[in-house]
Amino acid sequence: MDFWTITGLLLQGFGITCLLFALTLLLAIPLGLALSFLSMSKFKFIKAPVKIFIWIIRGIPLMLFIFVIYYLPSLLADGNAGANIFNSIDLQMTIAAGSTELLWQGRFLAVLIAFVINYACYFSEIFRGGIESIPQGQYEAGYVLGLTKNQVFFKIVLKQVVKRIVPALSNEIITLVKDTALANAIAIPEIIHCAKMMASSQALIWPIFYTAAFYLLFVGLLTVLLGKVEKKLSYFKA
Amino acid sequence: MALLEVNHIEKHFGSTRVLEDIGFTLEKGEVVAIIGSSGSGKTTLLRCLNFLETPDQGQIILNDEVLFDAEDPATLDKKEVRKKRLHFGLVFQNFNLFPQYTALENVMLAKELLAKEKPDYKENRKEIHQQIEAQAKGLLCRMGLEDRMYNYPQQLSGGQQQRVSIARALAMDPDILCFDEPTSALDPELTGEVLKVIKELKDTGSTMIVVTHEMEFARHVADKIIFMADGIIEEVGTPEEVFEHPKSAKTCAFLQKSTEI
Repeated sequence: MDFWTITGLLLQGFGITCLLFALTLLLAIPLGLALSFLSMSKFKFIKAPVKIFIWIIRGIPLMLFIFVIYYLPSLLADGNAGANIFNSIDLQMTIAAGSTELLWQGRFLAVLIAFVINYACYFSEIFRGGIESIPQGQYEAGYVLGLTKNQVFFKIVLKQVVKRIVPALSNEIITLVKDTALANAIAIPEIIHCAKMMASSQALIWPIFYTAAFYLLFVGLLTVLLGKVEKKLSYFKA
Repeated sequence: MALLEVNHIEKHFGSTRVLEDIGFTLEKGEVVAIIGSSGSGKTTLLRCLNFLETPDQGQIILNDEVLFDAEDPATLDKKEVRKKRLHFGLVFQNFNLFPQYTALENVMLAKELLAKEKPDYKENRKEIHQQIEAQAKGLLCRMGLEDRMYNYPQQLSGGQQQRVSIARALAMDPDILCFDEPTSALDPELTGEVLKVIKELKDTGSTMIVVTHEMEFARHVADKIIFMADGIIEEVGTPEEVFEHPKSAKTCAFLQKSTEI
């Protein structure tokens, strides 16, 4: 296999990496925001379970959590991990598509669920820190001017929160790019998985190292982009 | 008939009593200065008037309308409280300007949001916006900030920031403008410009309640002095009465301390 064929195959895997990255980001941010509000709730019976949930998710390795999401529903359903729910989705899709290779959408769903929940918990803590760092005076100044709670949040607080959390969020987003490699644990054909397949079937080791170029390019692009966001918000001090 | 009537206000934080049996009246166009040492309840009283705190007891009556009555929970309806707040303006000790908005936007924001809720906003959007902008610019000019309108708060000095926040409060046309130690966060050379603005507001007939540590200012600008100590109104009177002939021993002691060098 020549360089360009391998680049093409890795690019296919990288597409799945990017898909997992983008969908996780898209879904984890709103879920994280919701969790952050719940974790700041005045009601203990809402706040406490959310805090415990966040503790558990942040406390176990993401790889383990992927296994939990992947195996647990099947185990609970019939106690037989052999008939995996996500695998049977894949099997049915493969048969329906008349494909010769096993499709991976079912397992991808499992990984996506694990990633979204895991990252939502991290994001929620970043959001909470940002929201709680806004001085009470900003809220009060809004209230005495007759603004509603929603107006105070969306017109006054939110932008200041965003400004404060961009650096922490950038960190987490860059970590997410690399964490996608964990999907390899349940054989999602993301880029590392593709490279590993080449190593075992073609006895080619260098494509594994070559994947670094894809990650570095992507992270570089994100760094520039997030830097621009940071710069755009630098016109005010908060 | 007094513009504002405050009756028997009482406020506790946990088991600490912060205000006890506070009552006073305020006529239209009158300026009252509230003095007293830290922790005497001055700020809490202002916060009660602005619905940032809810008193445990008492009434607040403005223009014959009962704004707050501890006995009547209906006066705490959220939507109503929002409207009632607009009777009072509040200028904070540390300004609390919105950092992401320019001086002009700070002054316009609340008025614009309020205008958007009116049914005829969509048809007259342009005119309403222009009107609000003209009013805001006028207020900033009155504050001597005509060349600072497009600056962000962090680009302004403390005195300028405080003047923006006064303009922001005035934009909502409050019946009574409250100041919570408006010069306490300022460098000494900047207090003058803020006090001058407050004095000018008095000359144009604004009704104001000023919590202050500036004794000279209170003496010369206020029509009435309220001296508070330990959550109660210890003494009320004209500046002359309170400063020259204080009746209470606590007032004497406070005045002596705050004037001695």
